[in-house]
Amino acid sequence: MPNTTRSRLVASTIAVALGATALAACGSSDSDSKTESGPVSLTYWTWTPGMDKVVDLWNKGPGKKDQITVTVKKQASGDSLVTKILTAHKAKKAPDLVQAEYQALPTLVSNDALADISKDVGDAKSKFASGVWQQTSLGTDAVYAVPQDIGPMMFYYRQDLFKKYGLTVPTTWEQFAETARALKKKAPDKDLTTFSANDSGLFAGLAQQAGAKWWTTSGDKWKVAINDSATKKVADFWGGLVKEGAIDNQPMYTPAWNKALNTGKQIAWVSAVWAPGTLTTAAPETKGKWAMAPLPQWSSGENVTGSWGGSSTAVTTDSAHKAAAAKFAAWLNTDNTALQALAKDSGIYPAATNAQTSGAFASPPAYFSNQSDFYTKAAAIAKTTAPSAWGPNVNVAYTTFNDAFGAAAKNKSDFSAALDTMQNATVADMKKQGFEVSE
Amino acid sequence: MTSSRRKSYGVKGAPYAFLLPATVLFALFFALPIGYAVYLSFRKVHVSGLGLGSGARKEVWAGLENYTDTLTDSELGHGALRVLGYGCIVVPVMLGLALLFALMLDSDKVRLAPFTRLAIFLPYAIPGVVAALLWGFLYLPDVSPFYYILEKLHMPQPNLLDGGPLYLAMSNIAVWGGTGFNMIVIYTSLQAIPAEVYEAAKLDGATPLQVALRIKIPMVAPSLVLTFFFSIIATLQVFNEPTTLKPLTNSLPLTWSPLMNVYQDAFRKGDIYQASSEAVIIALATLVLSFGFLRAANRRQKQEAAR
Repeated sequence: MPNTTRSRLVASTIAVALGATALAACGSSDSDSKTESGPVSLTYWTWTPGMDKVVDLWNKGPGKKDQITVTVKKQASGDSLVTKILTAHKAKKAPDLVQAEYQALPTLVSNDALADISKDVGDAKSKFASGVWQQTSLGTDAVYAVPQDIGPMMFYYRQDLFKKYGLTVPTTWEQFAETARALKKKAPDKDLTTFSANDSGLFAGLAQQAGAKWWTTSGDKWKVAINDSATKKVADFWGGLVKEGAIDNQPMYTPAWNKALNTGKQIAWVSAVWAPGTLTTAAPETKGKWAMAPLPQWSSGENVTGSWGGSSTAVTTDSAHKAAAAKFAAWLNTDNTALQALAKDSGIYPAATNAQTSGAFASPPAYFSNQSDFYTKAAAIAKTTAPSAWGPNVNVAYTTFNDAFGAAAKNKSDFSAALDTMQNATVADMKKQGFEVSE
Repeated sequence: MTSSRRKSYGVKGAPYAFLLPATVLFALFFALPIGYAVYLSFRKVHVSGLGLGSGARKEVWAGLENYTDTLTDSELGHGALRVLGYGCIVVPVMLGLALLFALMLDSDKVRLAPFTRLAIFLPYAIPGVVAALLWGFLYLPDVSPFYYILEKLHMPQPNLLDGGPLYLAMSNIAVWGGTGFNMIVIYTSLQAIPAEVYEAAKLDGATPLQVALRIKIPMVAPSLVLTFFFSIIATLQVFNEPTTLKPLTNSLPLTWSPLMNVYQDAFRKGDIYQASSEAVIIALATLVLSFGFLRAANRRQKQEAAR
C-alpha cells in the first residue's frame, strides 16, 4: 500500500523523539559562555545554498586564528527547521548555530532555544537598519540573533506588456486596482497578478506595509491584532479584486503559475528583492522584459514597504561555546569579505546596510540587466521597510491563513471573515498554551 | 542427577531465549513509542506570562483536554467524512479492477501475460509522491496535454482540482497506483487453485464465465478479504496524494485527511501533544474498523463452511 510508508515515518519520528529524550538524560549540563581556550568546533544548521564556501573563508581566515572551526549541516528551509531545532533542543542537543527566519524568532525564544548574545556581538547593531535589528531583540535589551538577509517588498511588472496595453506603473493601491481592471478590459484572458493563499509571508508583508502590528505586548500580556483595521483594509482590497474577477485567485509556485508568468498571462507580481532568482526559474523566456518599481502605497506621497522573507543567524542555548558562536555569527553578517561571498555564492540580499550597494550589488541581477539601477533602487526601498511585530505562534496564524484564505479565494467570498478566523485561531492557540492574552 | 536437571532446565528456558530478541524489539520499537505517544497525548505545555526567556514554558498534565479538543474538532470530523467519500470510490474501483485483471490474466486465452502483468503492476513501484505529482501536472489545465487536446476538440474542460471531481482525481491516483499490487495478490491465489477443480467444471460443461463466477471468485475470497482489509487501512491513512496536490489548488485544505490534520498539528503548529491524541484516536478508529471488518468476514466464511 502506498500509504503505509507514511505511518511508518510517523512511528519512526516518535521513536526518534523518544530516543532523543532518552539521550537527554546523559546530556551534559552546559557551561555558560566563559572565556574560551583551546580549539572550538561549532555546528551550523542552515539552508542557504553555498554557505559551506562562505564558512570555508572563516575556517581558513579569522576562525583559524581564533581556533574556531564551523561545520555546516545543510537543512530544509523555513518552518520544518524550526520544528527540528525545537525537537533537538528538547534533547539539549541543538546545534551551536542556526538559521532562523525573523518571524520564527519569538517561537524559538519562547521555547528557550536561543541564547542572548548581546555581550558577544560587539557593535554589530550599527551595521543594520533599526527596523531590522529590532526583530532580533524582540523589543528587549537582549539580542537573540544577527540579521543575515532581508526581503523588502517591491512591485515587478512586464515592461513590454505594460507598454503594449497602455498601462502605467501604479504608485498607489487604488491605481493598482484600476490597472488590473484596465488590463481585464483590454485583454480579458490576461491577469495583472494573482492572489495566492499558499504563502502567508506575502500577506503578512502587505499587512505590515499598511501599518498592521499583529503581535504586541503590554506588561505581561500579549495583544493579538491580526484583524485590526490596517489588515482588514488589505484583506478587503485583495478580496474585492478577486471577487470582481480583476485578478486571478490561483496559488503561486505551481507549474500553471510558472507558465502564466512565462507566457505573459500574468504580467505583474508583488514580490520581494529576491524575485529575480524566482523569475529566472519560473519565467526564463521573459528575461530582460521585467522591471522593478516600489510597492504601490495606501495613500499617495507615502513611502513604505513591507518585508517578505529574510533570516538571521542565532546561537542556541545548548551551545557550549556561545561566545565563539556569537563571534562567528557577527563576522558572517557584518564582515565585508563574508558579505561579498554570501552575495556571490549564496545569492542573498544582505541585511547589513553598507553591503547593499557594494561589490556584488554594483550591477543588476542578470535577469534584470535592462534595469541598471536595480540594486540602488532596492537599497533605497529597503530603507522604507515598516517595522514588523511577530509573536510566539506565527506558525499557527500562518497555517490558518493557508486554509481560510485558500477557501475564501476559491469561493470568492469575504476575505475579512477569513481574517477573523485567523485571529480567533491564533488567540485560541495562545490561550491554550497559557499565554496571557488581552482582549 | 545434577547434569540431567541442568539439561531439563536448559530446555525449559530455550523458548524464552528464542522469544527474547522479538520481545525486546517489539518493546523497544513498538510498545515503547506507542506508550510514549499515549503519554504525550495527556500532556501539554503551559506558558507563564509573556513566555519569553528561560523557564517560562513547562510541560504539565493536560488530563483529557487534548482528547476533548480532538473529538470536538470539526475539521477532524470533516476530514474523516472526506476520506470516507474518497474510500467509497477507491476501494470498490481498485479491487474490482484488480479482480478483473487477475481473472483475465488467469484465463487461457491471454497473450503476453508476463508483460501485461508487469505493466499493470508497474505503477505500484512508483512512489506515491511521484505519482501524485505526475497526475497533478496532468490535472492542471495550463500545463496538461489532455486539456490541450480537449481545447482543440472544443470539448468541455472540467476542473479536476475542485469540488466533486477532485475526489475522482485523487481516487484515480490511488487506483492507478494500488490496482497492480492487489491484482498480484489475487492472481497468486488464483494460481494456487488445483487444476482438478477446473477439469471437473469442464466435464460438467461450465463456460469460462461460469468458471470465473462460480469457482474462481469464491475460491479466492480469502485474498479478496485480505486486499479489502489492506485497502481500508491505506485509505484511512491517505496522506501523500492530498499533501502533494495541496500546493496546486485552493480546494484542498491542509486538514483534508485526518493524518494531514495530525501532521499539521505536530509539525506546523508544533503541538505534539494535540497531535498525539489525534493519532491515538485515529489508530483506535482504524483498529475498530479494520478488525471489525475482518471478524465479520471470518464469521461469514465459517457460516459458509458449515453449510
